[in-house]
Amino acid sequence: MTVKTLIASASLYLIPAMFPGNAGAQGLSSADLLKPLANDWPTYSGDYSGKRYSHLTQVNQTNVKNLTLAWTARMTAGAGNAGGGGGGRGGGGGGAPTIIGGEGTADASAGGGNANIRASILEVDGILYLDTPDNAWAVDARDGRTLWHYVWKTKGGTHIGNRGLGMWGNWLYMETPDDYLVCLDARTGKERWHVEIANFSQQYFSTMAPIVVGNHILVGTGDDLDEPGYLQSLDPETGALQWKWYSVPMKKGDPGLETWSGVDAASHGGGNVWIPGSYDPETHLYITGTGNPSPAYTGQSRGEGVNLYTCAMVAVNVDTGKMAWYYQTSPHDTHDWDSAQTPVMVDADFNGKPRKLLVTASRNGYFFTLDRVTGEHLVTGKFSDTVNWAKGLNANGQPVREPAKDYDIGGALVSPNNGGATNWPPPSFSPDTGLFYVPTSDNYSMYYLTETDPRGAMGLGGKEEVGVATLGSYLTAIDYKTGTVAWQHKYPAATGGGGNGILTTAGRLLFAGDHGGNLVAYDPANGKILWHSRIGQVSNAPETYMLDGHQYILVAAEGSLFAFTLY
Amino acid sequence: MGPSRNTAAAVIAAFGMAALATAQQQQQIQTPPANAGAAAAQAGGRGRGGGRPEAYPQHPPGDPAAIERGKATFGVQCSFCHGSDARGGEGGPNLIRAESVLRDRDGETIAPVVQNGRVDRGMPKFDLNTAQISDIAAFIHSFRVAGYDASRDRPPTIVVGDAKAGEAYFRTTCSRCHSATGDLKGLATKISDPRSLQQAWLMPGGGGRGGRGGGGGGALTVPPVTVTVTMLSGQKIEGRMERIDDFLVTVMDADGLSRTIRRDGDTPKVEIHDPLEPHKQLLRTYTDKEIHNLTAYLVTLK
Repeated sequence: MTVKTLIASASLYLIPAMFPGNAGAQGLSSADLLKPLANDWPTYSGDYSGKRYSHLTQVNQTNVKNLTLAWTARMTAGAGNAGGGGGGRGGGGGGAPTIIGGEGTADASAGGGNANIRASILEVDGILYLDTPDNAWAVDARDGRTLWHYVWKTKGGTHIGNRGLGMWGNWLYMETPDDYLVCLDARTGKERWHVEIANFSQQYFSTMAPIVVGNHILVGTGDDLDEPGYLQSLDPETGALQWKWYSVPMKKGDPGLETWSGVDAASHGGGNVWIPGSYDPETHLYITGTGNPSPAYTGQSRGEGVNLYTCAMVAVNVDTGKMAWYYQTSPHDTHDWDSAQTPVMVDADFNGKPRKLLVTASRNGYFFTLDRVTGEHLVTGKFSDTVNWAKGLNANGQPVREPAKDYDIGGALVSPNNGGATNWPPPSFSPDTGLFYVPTSDNYSMYYLTETDPRGAMGLGGKEEVGVATLGSYLTAIDYKTGTVAWQHKYPAATGGGGNGILTTAGRLLFAGDHGGNLVAYDPANGKILWHSRIGQVSNAPETYMLDGHQYILVAAEGSLFAFTLY
Repeated sequence: MGPSRNTAAAVIAAFGMAALATAQQQQQIQTPPANAGAAAAQAGGRGRGGGRPEAYPQHPPGDPAAIERGKATFGVQCSFCHGSDARGGEGGPNLIRAESVLRDRDGETIAPVVQNGRVDRGMPKFDLNTAQISDIAAFIHSFRVAGYDASRDRPPTIVVGDAKAGEAYFRTTCSRCHSATGDLKGLATKISDPRSLQQAWLMPGGGGRGGRGGGGGGALTVPPVTVTVTMLSGQKIEGRMERIDDFLVTVMDADGLSRTIRRDGDTPKVEIHDPLEPHKQLLRTYTDKEIHNLTAYLVTLK
């Protein structure tokens, strides 16, 4: 059923008819989602804190050397290639139903190929739920067998990746690249409804993992034209709009407008919300990062101001859709360094007192510790020593951009490159060590101004970036109290990108992929290597779950899932 | 904005394409979105390099006569405020990225704005009929809409530095390893494009070494990274480094044979010799002015 009509008309806050609080054994209740990460993995970061720290200890420093493969399963995207989604080693995939939906006509995966698994994978009651652009699967968490496969026929658009599914009761939620939110029955893969969440003609594309909080589904979108970014809350039963929060001023009188040259610039100012945030149940604040201002590079049309609320940490009340506070990590960004990194909520001592903190390592090379109740700035650190685009820090701890490093007709040598000193791959925080872990890189690009029209270009246009070198790639541990690097593991080859996210556990382990295609277990205290297995380029962040008395470590590499366990 | 900027390859592919596109090509319609999605998804790779910006719906080519009429009407009525190319002018916004234009097909969403005006934003109403507005729409829709916006007014050259100052910098820094009459003789003949030359001297061998995009240094011969592995027995294995991670190192010896050696922490001892290390360390020291000056000098080494 299509309920496009509903979203068009529903701007009212809708009170849900019921919570699925006591749904059946298969259902995931809103209350379940409030618990710290335990046996299941029911939301993007495992739990709302963004820490990606599991309390499971069955796999630990003393026995991780015995960790072994439980199963692997190759995932094949697209309807024509499905055949049950590939059987993996255990086989038995044949016969799993393929369900087709979509508003478009194209099977983006026609012709086959490995599934591009960037997603965080949900694990609830022994079933894994994962997605790639236009595809969703349910997979048996015990043996990797596909239970169903859903394929969305697309209208097109940017198929860059998909960060994962959201779940509420028996319902799954998936964003599609052509800007729909699709609700599936987790038990069958059958579609319940889909609603349009952004306008495809405006070149929006959608990749975010929906985050379910109470009776809200929080969804965001991306855009590479100059269209405004927004976060919206939808009703989980119907998909009807509850509220919409724009990350840029849209009209006269909107707060932050004074930081733009005017309404037209602000309302074409980007700030897209494309990475899942974290949620604090005590304050009802959903805290997420916003994307770069637009036009990204030739930003003169934006004015000289800081362009609120782009490239910022923003705290939005989930009940009202109103912003409680913001902290801009890149004021007036000119390099497309989105602040789209999942922020991590930490309850820990700061200056001798327990404090509710928020920590984030930004693509621009700077690390921040904030008070997550008030947004007060506490610490700034620089985690890539090649970073050269800022003159220094202002009184509020924000990097102050050096305009000469925006670009130059003759080229400006800038660190980091557009990919950043880090990017979307999820970081982790271990309360055992008090350290924040993040994949980082020291790299340089030349930025050439190619558009001399004083009006500048649109979107990401107007300059050409030519890579120069990566001097080092690292697994980096940062002390949230000082913002300084506690230790770094330098990968022997200085190629970009050391893994796509991090997991820490109470077993005193840290799991991450490396550049050589290994899944590696480290000691989170010092980076010492404890175990590894070469499975191919790891494409998502490792996760863990407990099933039938066994702890599993789950990760995706080169279109396949790999689950490790102890016997 | 979107996640696409995670993807080095995506960005470079886009800019590469943009650079090649001529004004005419920009106006051509794209592949119909139905096919484009599929083609692009296949092109999308793995890891960070995966995906690339793909086709969004562009308007089908309009009737040339309607576009001509629309251009004329736009020129008379609209271009003062919105610019002759509809990308913004004296006070009027860029129409190419405006929601009412992006959603429009044949003037139906543009017409109410034109006929009613947006008085609160300083736009008067215009007494134009539906047919005239349809023509104006055809003209505006003849421009390609893309966030990876091709440059239109390109600077004539990237050489902006002072060759004399560049020569002085060369004498103090580069001449430790290089000579303008020796190894670098004829450099600017080998690499005639100044930007490629600049990228090549910054990092010979190009951005492929961990950077992204071609640096244009292909005309230069860059000695390979070599490695010396000292086994517990004292035996030394030396040669070109094929690959390395924390667990293995693969060495190709002088005979072209590859050997992979297990690594266990610091055993065996592995020493990497990167001939480009001085170039890498210099990246931390250059000012952009020094870079521009040095390039201005090196382009004279014909």
